[in-house]
Amino acid sequence: MKFLRVLHCASIAVAAIGSARIAAAEVDFVKEIQPIFEKSCYSCHGEKMQMGGLRLDSKSVAAKEINAGKAAESALFLRITATSDQTRMPMGAKPLDGSEITLIRQWIDQGASWPDGPIAKSAEAKKHWAYVAPTRPELPSVSNTKWSTNPIDRFILARLEQEKLRPAPEADKATLLRRLSLDLIGLPPTPEETEAFLKDKSRGAYEKQVDRLLQSPHYGERWGRVWLDAARYADSDGYEKDKSRQVWFYRDWVIQAMNRDMPYDRFVIEQVAGDLLPNATQDQKVATGFLRNSMINEEGGVDPEQFRMEAMFDRMDVIGKSVLGVTIQCAQCHNHKFDPLKQEEYYRMFAFLNDSHEGNVAVYSPAEQMKRAEIFRRTKEIEASMQHRMPDWQQRMALWEGEASAGQPEWMVLRPTVDDISTGGERYSAQPDGSLLGLGYAPTKHNLKLTVDTGVQNITAFRLELLNDPDLPLGGPGRSIKGTGALTEFEVEAAPVGSKEKPVKIKFAKATADINLPEKPLDAIFYDKTDKKRVTGPIEFAIDGKEETAWGFDAGPGLRNQPRKAVFTAAAPVSNVGGTTLTFHVSQKHGGWNSDDNQNCNLGRFRLSITTQPDAVADPLPAKVREILSIASDKRSQAQEQAVFAYWRTTVPEWAEANEQIVALWREHPEGSSQLILAERETPRETHILGRGDFLRPGKSVTPGVPAFLHPLPKDEPVNRLTFARWLVDRNSPTTARSLVNRTWQNYFGMGLVSTTEDLGKQSETPSHPELLDWLAVEFMDRNWSMKAIHRLIVTSAVYKESSRITPEMYARDPYNRLLARGSRFRVDAEIVRDIALSASGLLNPEVGGPSIFAPAPEFLFQPPASYGPKIWTEAKGAKRYRRALYTFRYRSIPYPMLQVFDSPNGDVSCVRRSRSNTPLQALTTLNEPLFLESARALALRTIREGGKTDAQRVTYAVQRCLSRKPTERESTELLSLLNKQTLKFANGTGNPWELAANDATRPPAVPAGTTPAQLAAWTAVSRVLLNLDETITKE
Amino acid sequence: MNIEQELRLSLTRRHFFGLGSIGIGTAALASIIAPDAFGVTNPAVSGALPGLPHFAPKAKRVIFLHQSGGPSQMDLFDYKPGLKKLQGEELPASVRMGQRITGMTSSQSSLPLASSVFDFKQYGQSGTWLSELLPHHGKIVDDIAIIKTINTDAINHDPAITFIQSGSQQPGRPSMGSWVSYGLGSQNQELPSFVVLISQQSGLNTDQPLFSRLWGNGFLPSKYQGVNFRSSGDPVLFLSDPDGIDRTTRRRMLDAMAELNKMRLQQFGDPEIETRISQYEMAYKMQTSVPDLMDLSKEPESTFKLYGPDSRKPGTYAANCLLARKLAERNVRFIQLYKRGWDQHNDLPRDLALQCQSVDQPSAALIQDLKQRGLLDETLVVWGGEFGRTVYCQGKLTQTSYGRDHHPRCFTMWMAGGGIKGGITMGETDDFCYNIVRDPMHVHDLQATILHCLGVDHKRLTYRFQGRDFRLTDVSGDVTKQLLA
Repeated sequence: MKFLRVLHCASIAVAAIGSARIAAAEVDFVKEIQPIFEKSCYSCHGEKMQMGGLRLDSKSVAAKEINAGKAAESALFLRITATSDQTRMPMGAKPLDGSEITLIRQWIDQGASWPDGPIAKSAEAKKHWAYVAPTRPELPSVSNTKWSTNPIDRFILARLEQEKLRPAPEADKATLLRRLSLDLIGLPPTPEETEAFLKDKSRGAYEKQVDRLLQSPHYGERWGRVWLDAARYADSDGYEKDKSRQVWFYRDWVIQAMNRDMPYDRFVIEQVAGDLLPNATQDQKVATGFLRNSMINEEGGVDPEQFRMEAMFDRMDVIGKSVLGVTIQCAQCHNHKFDPLKQEEYYRMFAFLNDSHEGNVAVYSPAEQMKRAEIFRRTKEIEASMQHRMPDWQQRMALWEGEASAGQPEWMVLRPTVDDISTGGERYSAQPDGSLLGLGYAPTKHNLKLTVDTGVQNITAFRLELLNDPDLPLGGPGRSIKGTGALTEFEVEAAPVGSKEKPVKIKFAKATADINLPEKPLDAIFYDKTDKKRVTGPIEFAIDGKEETAWGFDAGPGLRNQPRKAVFTAAAPVSNVGGTTLTFHVSQKHGGWNSDDNQNCNLGRFRLSITTQPDAVADPLPAKVREILSIASDKRSQAQEQAVFAYWRTTVPEWAEANEQIVALWREHPEGSSQLILAERETPRETHILGRGDFLRPGKSVTPGVPAFLHPLPKDEPVNRLTFARWLVDRNSPTTARSLVNRTWQNYFGMGLVSTTEDLGKQSETPSHPELLDWLAVEFMDRNWSMKAIHRLIVTSAVYKESSRITPEMYARDPYNRLLARGSRFRVDAEIVRDIALSASGLLNPEVGGPSIFAPAPEFLFQPPASYGPKIWTEAKGAKRYRRALYTFRYRSIPYPMLQVFDSPNGDVSCVRRSRSNTPLQALTTLNEPLFLESARALALRTIREGGKTDAQRVTYAVQRCLSRKPTERESTELLSLLNKQTLKFANGTGNPWELAANDATRPPAVPAGTTPAQLAAWTAVSRVLLNLDETITKE
Repeated sequence: MNIEQELRLSLTRRHFFGLGSIGIGTAALASIIAPDAFGVTNPAVSGALPGLPHFAPKAKRVIFLHQSGGPSQMDLFDYKPGLKKLQGEELPASVRMGQRITGMTSSQSSLPLASSVFDFKQYGQSGTWLSELLPHHGKIVDDIAIIKTINTDAINHDPAITFIQSGSQQPGRPSMGSWVSYGLGSQNQELPSFVVLISQQSGLNTDQPLFSRLWGNGFLPSKYQGVNFRSSGDPVLFLSDPDGIDRTTRRRMLDAMAELNKMRLQQFGDPEIETRISQYEMAYKMQTSVPDLMDLSKEPESTFKLYGPDSRKPGTYAANCLLARKLAERNVRFIQLYKRGWDQHNDLPRDLALQCQSVDQPSAALIQDLKQRGLLDETLVVWGGEFGRTVYCQGKLTQTSYGRDHHPRCFTMWMAGGGIKGGITMGETDDFCYNIVRDPMHVHDLQATILHCLGVDHKRLTYRFQGRDFRLTDVSGDVTKQLLA
């Protein structure tokens, strides 16, 4: 297959948006014929060369060779089908293949339609519009001078006048406020807000509402969710294990950035390279979670590098779609077919991103940060008072240092071979310093076997160092979700090199470690279903021959993610004249029962070494302090001095009490959360072009760079990810601002000015209002990339306020409302569907931010076969149940049913345009899903309690809560009729009305005096009808 | 008004909203009741793309019996008697040619050949070789086409199953059933056009998970996603009315809703409102049609005998095969069935035998059943996993026990029914069942062939997304003409 045969793409693209249109099966010149010319003809009959005076890139010249409607009489067709090599085209090359010839024949027979506009690589060609930076266009003149309220309207109106159409009248105030509220904060107005607005007859009444809503903390939730689609946000790893991950700090960062109206250029820079900003804050590091939202595959047997590459492709894709608005992933495998992006250029951009660790760090909420600051401050105070009380402490410390520096044993690092059958599927990757780093699948129980030959004689002890690594959870040194681990047993066997005899187990005289914690049962996440007593404790637990005990090194929050070491001293030195084969068994069996979830308690990165010095023990000094001691004391920084002191003070007997105070202080250190981030590598990786995008086929190596068809990199800046981030939002970028304003427009009007919002490239749809798109893009940048400024402009325009009523004539003329002669009417996004029900019923919990919520869902969803083991889904109780839908925990493999059915993307890939379907499963969901039912019940109860005395008043009240307007006479009648029939039915029926009216029929809620359960049940039925109306979940 | 009158009235209203009466509509509604251009006797088809099918289809629907985990081809279909002599010897480097193997065996010091412990014999007029584990398949060998040379690009489960279901190893593309629903629309007004059945009780607890993206719509509108019919509880999520709501109440509520929606429709003229009304009606119909489908109590004794005793137990592979037949009778377009438990990394002889006990008879029964009902000719049945297994042993090789790792380079599937030639075996692998010698069939070829049987040119069923026209077979795939009847 040499090129993609494209069928009726125009009609398919339109069908995607909502409706089918019958398309003629017509050959498309641009997509089907021109590629053939380009491939086989242009080299002789194109821009550079015109053999025989013919050029097939010029319509007028080529026309001489074509008899439109009659292929058989066209020179062009006769030449490509000629039988003689002397006459057949392409000359001296392989004939065109059958399908190409058929296409050309059909095309000519159908009239050889050749549009004037888009001709790539031709004499008439000009640069694709989207690749030329936008400039501010003149406002068009219009004859109706009264309608426009801001420049947006001038562009819309000019086009309408050109089409001889008139804009629709303004929508009524109630509709307008509901529209505005749903658009800006994703929630309907409360009845009180509506009433206040209706009463407000002042000139700026509407603008006041705009201000109020733009300042609402819910604004960030609404527009943050739109960005989170693009950022493919989810709370789990994806792929088959789909383990949960903590990334909600990133989600909250997006919400807060929106609320603070962080300029969009800054917004992008922090997400792509926040970690590289000078003195990067926690927030700026959290922002890089954007690129880390890629999926992670830890299936047994995978090559971690394969899926790191997949994640890199995903990061390129998300930058292309969400920032540049250009499809770039085609160039992963080959030069882009339609856009001028070469494969090499793709990998040069890739090289910018290929510089980081897959970091996972501890993060703290503002309250936790304050707590930490207090602990640091108090620690300093206590230390100062220690020093104050001991005036000669400096001399004493120097004395201690002299002693501590003497007589350290010499350790020789071993580089053992990993026995892969013993790894249980984990990958142990050898690092340059001789350590092994655990990657990929993490079995909860395995006994790792390592072998190495050594010529060293008289081996007296073995050292196991546990090291930090940026790729480990919270930096390690373990692989548990807290970056800790446990050493179940440690054994060494020795045999002469080459010997066939069974190796001899080395007897240890003792084991020492720099951390020895008291015996402690395992955390609940490591429960292995055996119900055996399983504990961690001092280093002796690693040589006691018991599977239940292990050496633990989890020193608690704030202290646990540090390097550790243990030394195992042999009872007798080990020697073999011809060298010794050492076999290590590093048993790690303190994980939980399910290796497919976050339950491992393995070592993360570790290194083995040996010594010949007698009586070697584990250095009690932390590795960092030991390192500082090797620096001359006058060359040390203050922080280094402080680090030495912080250790030394713990050894001073006089300070025992003060030390204990500090220990107690640190026990209050907050746990914090974790967040996936980017962390720069000291040495960037080398980037290669990958043949067909296959990580096993690296080709030529490339340096970081940007594609030639876009704007150049800023001069004199370092070539790194930060510069790349700045380049993405450079004023000269032709697509960045256009892409964002176009997507913003899409969210208001249902379709972008370019309907293919993910792609402004050559394959994109022609803009409906090109000048407006450019005007908005320039205005956006001129207003310092303020997103709120663009929102304000749009919602205060006359076009935004148009009524969305459709006449049959208008519908026939413009079914997709591209011309905007009317307002747009469409169903709201999935999350808002739920939020409306919660809000109308009064159940909504408006809290902003925090960990994701396990909203009600059928339990079986989270059981096998949906995953290996049951996934955690502890249903939220109380007010948490009623958080906004965007806080619902998102497992990629088990999308939350209510959200999925209403087209919310699951976060596998970046999504900048949701589909909007209308299905029977949606009907079943809003009718029967538990939270919708709870909403109906709550609305019924509220209506009875607060909706007035008569049923008619109450109907009005309930309708207002759902639709933000009063019911019509006919609507009231219909609802009252249902109410009466159902009240009778529930009163006279055999069933228990509480079954419908209460969440738990055995514990019915209190109802006002005089209200019967049957009435409440009937009101529940009425509420359910209201919550299910098309209008309720539609923005009109 | 009494309840009887009420019901009668609601029936009339239902008639009004019945699909036949809806004139204008959007794609979601689009009940264009068009006779098939190729004169195939067909009930109303709704929602097909213009111009589809591209040519006269042989099959109206597909039943895909996915065997998740990777069935061992040389223990079931691809008879390699020569391996007996080579038992325990190293896989020759000339055969492996340095190809990629999984991380589970990549550093095994040795890759010893393991011949199958199972006996093979010939069946049917075609004389097809089958393992002793598949005696019931012996009854259908003359109806099916066995393909020994399927090959895939992926070597780990997740990418491989994603690949065979969606044509791409990476998540995000529509599944085969979604493509088919999108292109060909629905033939049924009461059931979804793409139904998924997952078999439980595989006996092995280390089975790979099956998640909804395998039957997901990818970038297609979500109405094309597969609907998972469950064997316990609500067969479709949120299908049942809550406690306290009976049919009358439900009907009345639907009618009130429809009345109110109609008032809005009159005022706003938005066809989407009309669609919404009809979707609520469809949901109402599903409340009876789905339980009716799932109810096996009316099946005669002979059915259960045919499918085996497991077929009485909801959620088993056997019961799902029976349901697949019922779905085929109801003209559901794409029936995706999953059976897990084929991932025999160790102790294959024991586990594979157990697995086959639950799969052999129902698979064969489905073919026989479809045939006796005259449905086989118009139903395409596909059987197979996401990859095959290695000829070399994973773990310890003994006289009676061995394990096999994933093998993507050749494995066996079979196809039968609409459009497929029965009683043939296609393709040949080398003596080690490692490489293909003759007639390879790539996963994209398989997908192209399935679409072909449905009257669809796989190169022309495309969807524009991110500036590119995507298709199920990505940029490759050829119809395997040899298999076509």
